[in-house]
Amino acid sequence: MKEESMATRRKVIQRMLEGAVFMGGGGLLWGKSVNASTKADYVLRPPGALKEKQFLKACIKCGQCVEACPYDTLKLAEPGDGIANGTPFFEPRTIPCYLCTDMPCTDSCPSGALDLKALTKEDEKADILNSRMGLAVIHKESCLAYWGIRCEACYRACPLVDKAITLDYEVNERTGKHAKLLPIVHSDVCTGCGVCEQACVAEKAAIFVLPLDKSTGEVGDHYIKSWEKKDEQRINEDVEKADDDKDVKSAIDYLNDDDLIDD
Amino acid sequence: MKNMKFLLLRRIIQLSILFLFVGGNYFGWELLRGNYSSAIIADSLHLSDPYAVLQILVSGFLASSSVLFGALLIFLIYVLIGGRMFCSWICPMNIISDIAFRLRRILKIESDSKVSLSRNLRYYILALSLIVSAIFGLAAFEIISPISMLHRAIVFGSGAGWAIVAVVFLVDLFILKAGWCGHICPLGGFYSLVGKQAVIKVKHNKEKCTNCMDCFDVCVEEPVLSIVGKKSDYIRGGACTNCGRCIEVCKDDAMKYSLKFDLKK
Repeated sequence: MKEESMATRRKVIQRMLEGAVFMGGGGLLWGKSVNASTKADYVLRPPGALKEKQFLKACIKCGQCVEACPYDTLKLAEPGDGIANGTPFFEPRTIPCYLCTDMPCTDSCPSGALDLKALTKEDEKADILNSRMGLAVIHKESCLAYWGIRCEACYRACPLVDKAITLDYEVNERTGKHAKLLPIVHSDVCTGCGVCEQACVAEKAAIFVLPLDKSTGEVGDHYIKSWEKKDEQRINEDVEKADDDKDVKSAIDYLNDDDLIDD
Repeated sequence: MKNMKFLLLRRIIQLSILFLFVGGNYFGWELLRGNYSSAIIADSLHLSDPYAVLQILVSGFLASSSVLFGALLIFLIYVLIGGRMFCSWICPMNIISDIAFRLRRILKIESDSKVSLSRNLRYYILALSLIVSAIFGLAAFEIISPISMLHRAIVFGSGAGWAIVAVVFLVDLFILKAGWCGHICPLGGFYSLVGKQAVIKVKHNKEKCTNCMDCFDVCVEEPVLSIVGKKSDYIRGGACTNCGRCIEVCKDDAMKYSLKFDLKK
């Protein structure tokens, strides 16, 4: 009798251990592969996409946005693309986004991963021009216009010509009598559609769209534009919001401190 | 000629759905668009896979109301009416795994149980998928689901999709009988759990049964047939996919589709 109960107990313990190993090991493996597939540095999402992390949670991978796209711009990621399997993306050098005014892809998304609200400013209607799929960036060294050769391919192709891309004029110092017509991208207008990237005549595009987090910087809160009235107001706000555990007054006044002056 | 009316009906339904999905992508038909995780009928009614939506919710995103409603609708249909019918009547993977199952019998690839896995494995995978979804903030099964990949292989021509499907087929054929649908797939596990008390069930009549065991031969979820030849009752196991193969092969008319309204275990 005792032998038997020991045997079953041993079996129970063994099965529990097996279960633990399976759950732990399987979970780690699974999680790791999930993690690896979402670590893509470079991926451009359709218009109205939530921020990448939220987007990955929300996307149900049904492909309806891809089917809705009239230009075959959008594709679904496959294993090996380095992008979360089954999620939509596009490569502007192949086919850019042509900024359909009726936004069929965003509109077709059932899950909320593509959200018309993300294309809406204040109370206005959703507008494709509010989309921020990425930001076009220029590599000057491979841009013919910066060499001094007349090109303008990206400027002319841009659906927001003279707004998202403008031309700056600069004297060509080398010849002394020509102008350089230099394309400049304006990040407050650029939608990241990538039509410029496709239009670029260079072998490898000299203007290309990068995801926003890879193409933008961010200045710390403590820098304030004193020449802008609204921004200068922040001086007062920020002091009040400062961490409780820091002695704000002494931090502000430390330059006037007697100790510092005495030294 | 054996009776195969349910088999034919199932294949017609499965292939029609695939056909409509393909037409939706290539010709812009609006009758049915999307995939098995989330689809829209006639551009108006959303349907969603409750298990996929559950993963999304667990990962920390409140899905849109149309997806939530679509998932609830599907959930109620299977919980109350169909049980695990998704697996044998809708899911395209069922076609692949049924072919492997059939070939196994034709080629006499016997399961000398080189590999034996518990059929409960799918419930552990189901639990694990929700844990991984929660920790890594991403619907964990959706990203590797061979069902979605088969859909993408057919509708979008994804080569990687075919490769995954081939792996599932070969495992089913050579390594483990009913490996994918009967042991691993967490979506099947999900419907097994929630569809146990559905109304549509197969009913067994012991008086007519001659213990020929033909039904055991064709069933991909053999354990659910444990009552056959022993007592007259519904096939109550949640794992039964209501595929109707046992009804078709039974020469004694001892199995039939029936409606069950009690809630016995």
